[in-house]
Amino acid sequence: MRVCVVGCGAVGSLFAANLARLDDVEVWAYDLDRAHVQAINDGGLRLSGAGEAIAEVHATSDASTLPACDFGVVATKAMHTAQAIEACAHAFRHGSVGSVQNGIGNEEAIAAHVQRVIRGTTFPAGIVVAPGHVRWDVRGESVLGPFEPSPAPTPEIERLADACTRADMPTRAVADARGPQWRKVIFNAASNPVGAVTGLTHGRVCERPDLRGLVSALVDEGKAVAAAQGVELDQDPESLIDHAARPDVAYEHKASMLQDVEAKRSTEIDYLNGAIARVGDELAVPTPFNEMMTALVKGLEASWSQS
Amino acid sequence: MRTVCVVGAGAIGSLIAAHLSRVVRVVVLTRRDEQAAALAEHGLRVSGLREFTAGLEATSSPAALTAFELAIVTTKATDVSEAAQALEGHSEEAVIMTIQNGLGAEELVRQHGPWPIVAGTTLMGGTRHSDTHVEFELDAPTWLGPYEGTRHEQVERVVSLFRSAGLQVEGFSDLAPSRWSKLVFNASVGTISALTELPHSAPFVEHEGVGGLVRAVISEVSTVATAAGIQLAEDPWELNVRAVDDDYAHPPSILLDVWARRRTEVDFNIGAIVREADRLDVAVPLSRALYALLKAKESSYT
Repeated sequence: MRVCVVGCGAVGSLFAANLARLDDVEVWAYDLDRAHVQAINDGGLRLSGAGEAIAEVHATSDASTLPACDFGVVATKAMHTAQAIEACAHAFRHGSVGSVQNGIGNEEAIAAHVQRVIRGTTFPAGIVVAPGHVRWDVRGESVLGPFEPSPAPTPEIERLADACTRADMPTRAVADARGPQWRKVIFNAASNPVGAVTGLTHGRVCERPDLRGLVSALVDEGKAVAAAQGVELDQDPESLIDHAARPDVAYEHKASMLQDVEAKRSTEIDYLNGAIARVGDELAVPTPFNEMMTALVKGLEASWSQS
Repeated sequence: MRTVCVVGAGAIGSLIAAHLSRVVRVVVLTRRDEQAAALAEHGLRVSGLREFTAGLEATSSPAALTAFELAIVTTKATDVSEAAQALEGHSEEAVIMTIQNGLGAEELVRQHGPWPIVAGTTLMGGTRHSDTHVEFELDAPTWLGPYEGTRHEQVERVVSLFRSAGLQVEGFSDLAPSRWSKLVFNASVGTISALTELPHSAPFVEHEGVGGLVRAVISEVSTVATAAGIQLAEDPWELNVRAVDDDYAHPPSILLDVWARRRTEVDFNIGAIVREADRLDVAVPLSRALYALLKAKESSYT
């Protein structure tokens, strides 16, 4: 089978490099970072850390060169989904495309250009340390399920999950992927902006009782919004927060949003807290803290263009 | 009134010291030796709305202070304790005037002496360019009122002094309504500006986003004021809107502190609001969260 990873940053690279190790999978990668693409094509895509690999991946910044693919795995930042999938859609005319991104709204953006869509969420994490080289920091499972309004066929979802699992990226195919997806969205929305606004690592945020209280308030709002949509969380995001604060897990980890703020890059706030507030508003669930964090992070983003 | 001691020579302290020196003897008490030496040697230059150079005395040694009738503590709220300690034992008949943002400065002064205290709040503004040069940018009133048992005429004497020196000033029998108007403004606009590092500008008056948050916090803090029995002299949202003209982008002093990675006055504005809310049993969830966020942000760099 042929898979194209759309957006080959840290998470995209974990899928691309691991899948490329399988004999029966050919992997393509679409990414706008030309230096990264060049390095991948010259010397292979390298993983180090939680798993080692140097994998053969066909990388390109020119979507028109992509061949027809059986699967797409979209791993861009949420704000780039629409543009990326629009460029690559021709490759998936007969394929199924899944999102392994953060936030709410990616599957909708994909479904605007592709017919068979997979709702997905993934927990592994890493960081691009050099062009063509990704450090794999955190292992974890992924979950794939149908995107309800425009679903990929179940056997296809199972086929992709099976390939990922064989490639050392444990992945479950489920009938309803909304629970795991909302669990991660709530976790991200409760921890990322607090780190981004204060400059503190996840562990330090959790050490301050007043801030930890704010994190819980954000979690509670997210849970209420999930419940109002009939989404059943597969696990309490609170326990993820405490787990991640452990010194051996992610105490010193700077949330990706804090990395974005430090680099003055746009953040995914609209797809995390902004999305929780938007859905909450539609369903009459109050979300004052998520609205507050959205306003603060949008304010930070605005400050970069002012100064 | 013959001698006035001005403690601290930041922008506001410098503006006050320079103006008062035109009508009374002024001694500036600085923290740094170099600043005292520079002031004594070169005087203090005012530019901007007014241009003049003031001759004044200056020292960095509290022991060198001679008798004064009025001391004006112009340091940041975070340094008031240290400033009041420097005055301890001096001129027990003198009046002490405060001028800090937020709440709590008078209580800190009281811990160091029995002086009558005149509480102040100022809207004037300037930029300190060097130890001996301050730019006068905003000519606006200073509001004065009694603290605890301070007598009306003690307030009026300070009012007269400021007026004779050419500064806008107004005396009140109760400073709380004016002071709280500014406090609500600082606690909302200032805290949000410090957290977003966004100068006070157009986004603060928008309907949603930053402006929506400003509005929500103003509403919370106004509830605390009401519970404290204080009727605000001005509508804080109107203050916010009025300050934001086209092309206006003003960094509040708390944002200057954040940019310089200094301790901020957070405990005296939004922190004071949270303490008042707890005392009065008023729910202020957003203010409490913003207070926690700003304290944490400070801890990330101090």
